[in-house]
Amino acid sequence: MELGSYPENIRNFCIIAHIDHGKSTLADRILELTKTVAHRDMEEQLLDNMELERERGITIKARAVRLSYKAKDGIDYTFNLIDTPGHVDFNYEVSRSLNACEGAILIVDASQGIEAQTLANTYLAIEQDLEVVPVINKIDLPSARPDEAKEEIESVIGIPADDAPCISAKMGINIEAVLEQIVKCVPHPKGDKEAKLKALIFDSYYDAYKGVIVHIRVKEGTVRLGNKIRMMATGAEFLVMEIGYMGATGLIAAEELRAGEVGYIAASIKSIGDTKVGDTVTLADDPAEEPLAGYRNVNPMVFSGIYPADGSKYGDLRDALEKLRLNDASLSFDPETSIALGFGFRCGFLGLLHMDIIQERLEREYNLDLITTAPSVVYRITKTNGEIMLIDNPTNYPDTAEIQLAEEPMVCTHIFSPSEFVGSIMELCQDRRGVFKDMKYLDEKRVDIHYELPLNEIVYDFFDALKSRSRGYASYDYEIVGFAPSKLVKLDILLNGDVVDALSFIVHTDKAYPRARRITEKLKENIPRQLFEVPIQAAIGGKIIARETIKALRKDVLAKCYGGDITRKKKLLEKQKEGKKRMRQLGTVSVPQEAFMAVLKLDE
Amino acid sequence: MNNGKNIGLYVHVPFCLSKCPYCDFYSVKYGNEAAKLYKSAVIRNISHYKSKFDTVYFGGGTPILLWKEICEILEKADIESSAEITVEANPCLANEEIFKALLKAGVNRISFGVQSLNDNELKSLGRRHSSFTAINAIELAHACGFGNISADIMLGTEDQTAASVTDTLKGLASLPLTHISAYMLKIEENTPYAKTRLKLPDEDEVCEIYLNTVAFLEAKGLNQYEISNFAREGYACAHNIKYWNCEEYLGIGPASHSFYKGERFFVKRDINAFCESEIQKTELEEKHPASAEEYAMLRLRLCDGLNLKEYEKRGGNAKKMTENIKKLPRKLVFLKDGNVLLTSEGFLLSNTVIGRLLGY
Repeated sequence: MELGSYPENIRNFCIIAHIDHGKSTLADRILELTKTVAHRDMEEQLLDNMELERERGITIKARAVRLSYKAKDGIDYTFNLIDTPGHVDFNYEVSRSLNACEGAILIVDASQGIEAQTLANTYLAIEQDLEVVPVINKIDLPSARPDEAKEEIESVIGIPADDAPCISAKMGINIEAVLEQIVKCVPHPKGDKEAKLKALIFDSYYDAYKGVIVHIRVKEGTVRLGNKIRMMATGAEFLVMEIGYMGATGLIAAEELRAGEVGYIAASIKSIGDTKVGDTVTLADDPAEEPLAGYRNVNPMVFSGIYPADGSKYGDLRDALEKLRLNDASLSFDPETSIALGFGFRCGFLGLLHMDIIQERLEREYNLDLITTAPSVVYRITKTNGEIMLIDNPTNYPDTAEIQLAEEPMVCTHIFSPSEFVGSIMELCQDRRGVFKDMKYLDEKRVDIHYELPLNEIVYDFFDALKSRSRGYASYDYEIVGFAPSKLVKLDILLNGDVVDALSFIVHTDKAYPRARRITEKLKENIPRQLFEVPIQAAIGGKIIARETIKALRKDVLAKCYGGDITRKKKLLEKQKEGKKRMRQLGTVSVPQEAFMAVLKLDE
Repeated sequence: MNNGKNIGLYVHVPFCLSKCPYCDFYSVKYGNEAAKLYKSAVIRNISHYKSKFDTVYFGGGTPILLWKEICEILEKADIESSAEITVEANPCLANEEIFKALLKAGVNRISFGVQSLNDNELKSLGRRHSSFTAINAIELAHACGFGNISADIMLGTEDQTAASVTDTLKGLASLPLTHISAYMLKIEENTPYAKTRLKLPDEDEVCEIYLNTVAFLEAKGLNQYEISNFAREGYACAHNIKYWNCEEYLGIGPASHSFYKGERFFVKRDINAFCESEIQKTELEEKHPASAEEYAMLRLRLCDGLNLKEYEKRGGNAKKMTENIKKLPRKLVFLKDGNVLLTSEGFLLSNTVIGRLLGY
């Protein structure tokens, strides 16, 4: 493939779509049509190459690929397709990926219309001055209503959609129209290849041989093999060992990347922490004066303790987390000790999905059996002595007497739903201490409900509750807006009189009683009877607010050991031996792992 | 052959007239021809193993159905003159001819499946006999010359109460019995009982019944020596004690288990396969029998308990076990003169307690 030498012939774009609306399928069709990948090499959904991504139908990390397309005007164009993560947790990464583009294809499902996430990302794209190119997908479905979808795009987003191509990515219908639309509508990149180098980092990943591979979009100037580069935010400097662009099935080395181009750099970078998404790459010897706008340090918002179920796997867990962090600078973890769970890590995540993904990857890819504690958000506590603390672990929550002001993070939430579920969704938000902001009808049938909610109320099971109240139709998106004062308390759980640190959590006063009752009940269900009676108590400070009792076990006996058949007795003993591995000894009480998990899933 | 050690013989007689709805021991319907084939197979096996036995136990099934065959088998086996020889019997099959023939063949212990002396309980257990039949059978056996008679009873059966059990125990205490086995009912999978809705006493009631039984029998001179077994002085079942002592025994017949010449093995639950094979086909069940753990697990079922020195001799960690005792309530288990002993309440929780003592 020829390097596109004129910026006029380059088109940098991404695809915005809701889960299942066909982003990966369209990307696959484009790769096929531009013959970037021979049909026989096509692996379904080539861009999402993490197993988990394919299963969940989401993109976790951004990817990019260069294609070449001979348009109907007879000119060879170079396309850079930059795939973006589709989830709110990765909002910042999305914004940086979008910033590497001049245009965005907006895929709308012809039968389902616009969803909350699509809208959030489309607004992000418009904010970044991207040209949005709407495409109506899945027109092959009998329920397809392409005209209504177009109307919705015009009325909700406010961009013309009249000439939006109507396609079926799955069936390969009308894909070429999309490519022509890109050529026609997406502006070519601007930028001076002679100017001082400014390249945006929009993704990076760790390669065992080459070190960190940094994906960049050159905004100004030129970067060449052998250049000494500097990351403007971190100040780290490296020598460019390899440079080039991303083919669909591998890296293709080149001599240089010029303003307008998208490609990669390998520079023997050992730590992904040196290559922060959003940072600006410049030349160490001839640096730009100002970095590109928009960089920020991403802070984890949700924290959870992760412990190996088998204490001897602590080292394995640390290794696995370290490996995951090689590719995920937004994952943070610090060693933590719990009396109940032993040695583990306090991990910080961008959001709930991020947390879920990390836990699942640890279990699946690294074969670890984990116990996780209830997710917590970061609370801001102003103590009476004026000291300000950020608390991400209930264990560190100060004594009430020392607290002058407690604050919790708030989010601004948009919920999209068919109008018939409005009542029940508002009830849910109200119950979650939400403050109603406003509500807009997107059309006769669909509404956008806007609430301000405490993050603490949605980290738990908000998404599940929302889905069950809307028969799966509602979607939501949120954005952190800051801290607000709140009446918080720390709830402790006691087993047989001893506090179990791993079960403590911070909760709003109004929620303390019902939550305490629910947890004690759940624990009673999940802790087997012991040789003695075990009280389960929930307490705020020294005050017990809920109690359950596990009655003592009275009978567990094999009465008959007949005819010399001792196999049964042996099996029982084996079962006990196995069971012990899944038990945590908390003082005198044996608690199965399941009990810890069960309190994380408190049904409504 | 047996290094001077005493070896027990267990013969599983897998024939019944009908199946009781709670029972999951292996048995098939009784037939004359089948019994003969079975007997020949047992005799073939006994001559094959060439051991001398000092205890013999015919269990089942309903062994007494094959009383004639049992007499023939005993004739062919090499048995110590002082051996304890037990046959399990059904109260329905009690008559002078049978008892006399068995006594003549050397049987000196008979064990009746009485289950209860309450006719409603017997009916709900699907038993063919009444309390009257059971009492008569025991008295007849005694009159014929059996000096060592045992009765099995069941605890925690349908509609049973502490009072009804006491009545059964009172009745038994007035009979010429030397031994009682009292088993708490366990609902076994794949039995009709598992599919029936039963009005069973709850867990606390069953515990009550069990503890009452222990106290009542002790007061009558039938002392507990194992979780479910009680005997007058000198009448503990020598054969069964071998199991709990990790001593060797040879099992013959389908569904029989053996600990023989250092190996634990068993025979499949298949009467035809057993009769058709020259020698029974066995399957290994344990490569390292009589380990410290196995020994502890079995010995702790006995009222004499586990001797820590003996435990240590077999490779057990006595120190650790002593520490584990301290972590358990004194009313369940205690240490006395170097022996670990479970109390009656400890027996009720013996699965958990033994596991804890072993560190699980």
